Amino acid sequence: MSLAGAVNHVARRVPAWTIYVAGTTPPVWLLWAGASGGLGADPVKAIERTLGLWALKLIVAGLCITPLRRFAGVNLVKYRRAVGLLAFSYVVLHFLAWLVLDMGMLWAQALGDIVKRPYVTVGMVALVLLIPLAATSNDWSLRALGTARWRWLHRLVYPAALLGAIHFVWLVKAWPLEPFVYLGIVIVLLALRAVSPGVLRAGNEKGANPPPPLASS
Amino acid sequence: MARRIMRDLKWCDVTPKADFLTRRQLLAGAAALGLAGPATAKLSYVQSKFSTDEKPNAFEDITTYNNFYEFGTDKGDPAAHASALTIDPWSVKIDGMVEKPGDYDLADILAGVTLEERIYRFRCVEAWSMVVPWIGFPLGDLLARVGVQPSAKYVAFETIVRPEEMPGQRRGILEWPYREGLRMDEAMHPLTILATGLYGEAMPKQNGAPIRLVVPWKYGFKSIKSVVRITLTDSQPKTTWNMLQPREYGFYSNVNPEVDHPRWSQATERRIGEGLFGGRHPTLKFNGYGDLVASLYAGQDLAKDY
Ligand code: HEM
Repeated sequence: MSLAGAVNHVARRVPAWTIYVAGTTPPVWLLWAGASGGLGADPVKAIERTLGLWALKLIVAGLCITPLRRFAGVNLVKYRRAVGLLAFSYVVLHFLAWLVLDMGMLWAQALGDIVKRPYVTVGMVALVLLIPLAATSNDWSLRALGTARWRWLHRLVYPAALLGAIHFVWLVKAWPLEPFVYLGIVIVLLALRAVSPGVLRAGNEKGANPPPPLASS
Repeated sequence: MARRIMRDLKWCDVTPKADFLTRRQLLAGAAALGLAGPATAKLSYVQSKFSTDEKPNAFEDITTYNNFYEFGTDKGDPAAHASALTIDPWSVKIDGMVEKPGDYDLADILAGVTLEERIYRFRCVEAWSMVVPWIGFPLGDLLARVGVQPSAKYVAFETIVRPEEMPGQRRGILEWPYREGLRMDEAMHPLTILATGLYGEAMPKQNGAPIRLVVPWKYGFKSIKSVVRITLTDSQPKTTWNMLQPREYGFYSNVNPEVDHPRWSQATERRIGEGLFGGRHPTLKFNGYGDLVASLYAGQDLAKDY
């Protein structure tokens, strides 16, 4: 069996809800470790950063699903909704860690930072863009909106991903490699949306099929 | 022996507030009993009127949460990699507009020096802070010994460059050597010290062993570590962070809640060691040392000279 076949074989057996279960563990662990002194001298930054980084990783993972299917024949589409909702949850937790733990609920300064600090502004815009996506990631919304409109709406994940990666690049001091790697990956993943499958794979698809909407599995 | 006892404690066993006294009393007690041999690297020092009475951070906080990009950009990198740094022998080149230039062995620099404990607030430009019980002596004393020529107006400092021992220097994170500088009056100010230890012991390598600068009213990056060169000059020296991003890191970089970093507010700070819900504290102008240093900047617009 090809690698893609093997992955598809496993994917047919592993239900999507496992993503939610696996995704709940790290935040719970983080809070526990932070409260019990297991996160080093600065548990606040450790929690805030870990959640931010996982939010970005999950957004990237979500963006991989369509190209994987189109270019590699790996079908993980049934996990896409879970990955997307989990990514959104991590963004929200990341935001809450910032507001409650880092800002210490200094509302005025927090609001000031959202308005004045470009890297925070950009992160906030990304969060806001993801809200309608999370709110419509269910079968009812898909039916109510109709496939075409739903699909159009969910393209908001593209700017959100780009802004999330820019947020990362913008907040570091000096020039470490990591944020640029993420930005590069996001740009490549977005660029792939404009490429027809035949270019990368001598496949027999007829032109670029748009990805199917999120379906519950 | 005292050190061994402390070593056996895992850092999570040590809570900053409760164990701080225990640790110091233990060290003092061990010293008094003559238990602390040379192996403990116990320093002898006197107290200073410049010390704050705020509780110092735990030794473990101070030695595991460091910005020392020579060893990597993560706060944990210095503690993980600094053990490779050779600090003996160590000499400091003192040159420029100075009466007695030369390569001074560290032992010569320290000969006859009375070390003091200076418990200082330490405020990082990243808006976190600590309280550190440094051991050191006034930079001004050293400058007086080597003789500053009247034409000298600034003091420039350089950190050691040794990429084979400092993994961060193998990458172009910053332009090496790390450089810092002070105006002459700042350098001669009694609060400005060269530190050779903390918590009564020789300086841990991740904190800038064997000798580093501490300027408590300025952002932490001004307090250059592992110094190998001190140059007296008549022009404002180039400084590393200013060279990288002049809009974000000024030459003066005095702690100032009224002048924000372009990307974040400097109005408040988080005190390391306060756990998850410590929140933020208002940042004090000149990091709370204004009564001693504000006069240095009389007539200067600190929003312009940030
Ligand atoms: C899609 C939305 C977002 C993504 C993908 C994201 C991602 C990230 C990432 C990857 C980091 C760096 C982690 C590291 O250093 O390893 C980070 C840090 C941070 N983010 Fe976000 N973020 C998002 C939204 C937000 C929002 C809405 C806020 C606040 C309003 C915010 C505030 C911060 C702060 C304060 C830091 C830490 C800065 C520091 O290191 O001190 N982020 N985020």
